[in-house]
Amino acid sequence: MSRVATLDDIVAAIRAAHDSHTPLRPRGGGSKDFYGGLLAGDALDLSGHRGIVAYEPSELYLTARAGTPLAEIEATLAEQGQMLACEPPHFSGATLGATLGATLGGTVAAGLSGPRRMQAGAVRDFVLGVKLIDGTGQTLDFGGQVMKNVAGYDVSRFIVGSLGTLGVIAEATLKVLPRPVAEATRQFACTEAEALLWLNEWGGQPLPLSASFWHDGRLSLRLSGAAAAVAAACRRLGGEPVAEAEAAWQAVREQTHAAYAGPLLWRLALPTSAPPLALDGLRASEWGGGLRWYATDAEPAAVRAVAAAAGGHATLYRAPESLRCREGAFAPLPPALLALHRRLKKVFDPRGILSPGRLYAEF
Amino acid sequence: MNVVPPAARGFRQCLAALVAAYNKPMETAESRSEAPFATDRAALLRRLQWTLPAHGLLSAEEDLRPYECDGLTAWRQLPLAVCLPENEGQVIDVLRCCHQLGVPVVARGAGTGLSGGAMPHAEGVVLSLARLNKILRLDPTARLAVVQPGVRNLAVSEAAAAFGLYYAPDPSSQIACTLGGNVAENSGGVHCLKYGLTVHNVLRLRVVSIEGEVFEIGSAAPDAPGYDLLALLIGSEGMLGVVSEITVKLTPKPELARVAMASFADVGQAGAAVAAIIAAGIIPAGLEMMDKAATAAVEPFVQAGYDLEAAAILLCESDGAPEEVAEEMARITAVLTAAGAGEVRVSQSEAERLRFWAGRKAAFPAVGRITPDYYCMDGTIPRKRLAEMLTAIAALERQYGLRCANVFHAGDGNLHPLIMYDASQPGEWDKAEAFGAEILELSVALGGSITGEHGVGIEKINQMCVQYATPELETFHRLKAAFDEGGLLNPGKAVPSLHRCAEYGRMHVHRGELKFPQLERF
Repeated sequence: MSRVATLDDIVAAIRAAHDSHTPLRPRGGGSKDFYGGLLAGDALDLSGHRGIVAYEPSELYLTARAGTPLAEIEATLAEQGQMLACEPPHFSGATLGATLGATLGGTVAAGLSGPRRMQAGAVRDFVLGVKLIDGTGQTLDFGGQVMKNVAGYDVSRFIVGSLGTLGVIAEATLKVLPRPVAEATRQFACTEAEALLWLNEWGGQPLPLSASFWHDGRLSLRLSGAAAAVAAACRRLGGEPVAEAEAAWQAVREQTHAAYAGPLLWRLALPTSAPPLALDGLRASEWGGGLRWYATDAEPAAVRAVAAAAGGHATLYRAPESLRCREGAFAPLPPALLALHRRLKKVFDPRGILSPGRLYAEF
Repeated sequence: MNVVPPAARGFRQCLAALVAAYNKPMETAESRSEAPFATDRAALLRRLQWTLPAHGLLSAEEDLRPYECDGLTAWRQLPLAVCLPENEGQVIDVLRCCHQLGVPVVARGAGTGLSGGAMPHAEGVVLSLARLNKILRLDPTARLAVVQPGVRNLAVSEAAAAFGLYYAPDPSSQIACTLGGNVAENSGGVHCLKYGLTVHNVLRLRVVSIEGEVFEIGSAAPDAPGYDLLALLIGSEGMLGVVSEITVKLTPKPELARVAMASFADVGQAGAAVAAIIAAGIIPAGLEMMDKAATAAVEPFVQAGYDLEAAAILLCESDGAPEEVAEEMARITAVLTAAGAGEVRVSQSEAERLRFWAGRKAAFPAVGRITPDYYCMDGTIPRKRLAEMLTAIAALERQYGLRCANVFHAGDGNLHPLIMYDASQPGEWDKAEAFGAEILELSVALGGSITGEHGVGIEKINQMCVQYATPELETFHRLKAAFDEGGLLNPGKAVPSLHRCAEYGRMHVHRGELKFPQLERF
């Protein structure tokens, strides 16, 4: 593993890898090493390239270097009453084997969002700009720090979720938002089917919903917004109030909740209106029914077929590396799309040195 | 002469009067699009006649004339033919045909774009998606609609209204503009600070490649696998593919909306009030600013009740549950007052709210009444630099001897200065265009962008050389080639050639000093 601290170091490391055709794998806190396909190539440890470069609360943006821990960013935002509304996971703590926790670069590269995603948006919805070093060692600046910018292709958002296969994210600018004035959580005893029915009904109403979590016969619903609006929604929806709910939502966001435990976990993304699936092993559902977690021994192809039939897709989220490599972590792409992905990969990384196989085995 | 419905004509006047094109061009439309193509027109028409029914193909000059420009009428060019497919199959056939013959294709929705993105190519065809105008599915439970690209923006919200839902992005041309065009331009509107742009509200696209191959990107489920191609396609100005189907997210309609109107004696104060609202932790549903020149033009036209003594007025909207609106409006009023507002009026009824907004929405046509012609700009800057920008625009007004009225989506720092001029006076359009270019380049220097929501098109192609350096532009060209190797989709738009930038750079060096030397560069 090579550790880099400055932009020049990153450029030099990529140039060297490019010149010698050696695979290289950008890595921040290592909190998501478990996610995606193969971990190939020397790790390029970016945790030394850290620091908040610019933060202007009244402009609603924050720019930081890739290795900046999310924890540091969120602490800075909290001082001004602001937040990363997509609630990306930190995955920190000894239990998960990564003490540093997620960094900004890894958060953008993985694109994983938290409980507030269905209402507030995903990581990609908040990315305003990136400084990217491509696979030839070129430094590229896309987007900027303003909310609206349609000059050129939107590469800053395109890069989100690319898992280090298109370039090394050296710096990113995110839109930040004020924390809600008030939050409350209500709980309901119900089956999965009832929860889905209610969530879709409530989702179509002007209610200040900000998260949902169903697990083992209980639906938790978080409401966020103006104090009066949250109180009115609580009265209207009923359910039991939940005290100290913040820690419970934290456990969902960080996946320290028991529902996410175990060596094998499938992540199914679905239209919220998809009815309960004919698949055993449902652990939990989030995002108003749009995200469902399964621990199942069913054949991977069968899990993917069930998800596809319901209009969604299944990710082999946590599994032994051998299984992820054999089955692919992500749902396979149709041939035309796969060919396009390969061409796009070549645009940024003509020699294919960056995180090969991390997204798909084919590139 | 235009194909835009009558209701949209007021909007089209934004640039409509730029008939100037006929007096002016130093640069022709053809030279700006750098056409290396030579099409055999007769062969092309023969092939297209096999492909499309007779009523789906236009080739006579009088039929082509309405397509010679979009909302940016300063740039005009007749195409060789206009194709009007009625289904995806015909779109595929047209693209295949053009691909085989090496003919440029310019996709077009309603033609309301303001940057010349749909200006035809002299050696190419216009592919109008206007007849693909069906809402294919509206699912109130999943809160989404599946539509064809020619469906009008407002039609989606109208169809969803019965379920208490709407499509959030609302460009001011929403009565006429199409979803396909919105996707191509990543359109915004007055509510995007809170509800996002097109890119935040589109879930899935069906795209036809230049080879006629269909692929689907995104999904009704979140986080589709693979690269985020939606982000790449949305706002790509017809350069990467032709959209044949769009799935959009529908949003529950807020129960109530109210707007506060505040007067300021000084534009700097108004700019500071915008920052103060955001700093107070409020994300208004809309936050708009108009300067004195704009309110003076608007008030006699719509009687919105604007304070004509004010140097600037702010419109700040809150929406949500009644309790929420009441609570937020109290905070907004307090912040505006503390920021030095002379008067703050909060709409007391829906009729009053619409009247307050009517002035803002009529700003373009209202300015069109007080000047023979005007040119609408679209820069974005950090909010805190609004006052600086306004001071600079005032200086440019004196320098060029032209007036400028300013309307801003202040909440997201998106400016629409309207430069007033008279196209019948020789040289005035050139002055207006140079004035506009200076505003855009100042936007970049202030840390912003040359275009917030109108796109680059043909209009801002030179300013892209200021916004981006060579490595980024080269990456954009390689990205395009990954979708369209032959460069047939909307050639010459959105991303300038490096040759053009070298020429443009030289022109600037000839003028001497770097512009705005006092400013920090970003």
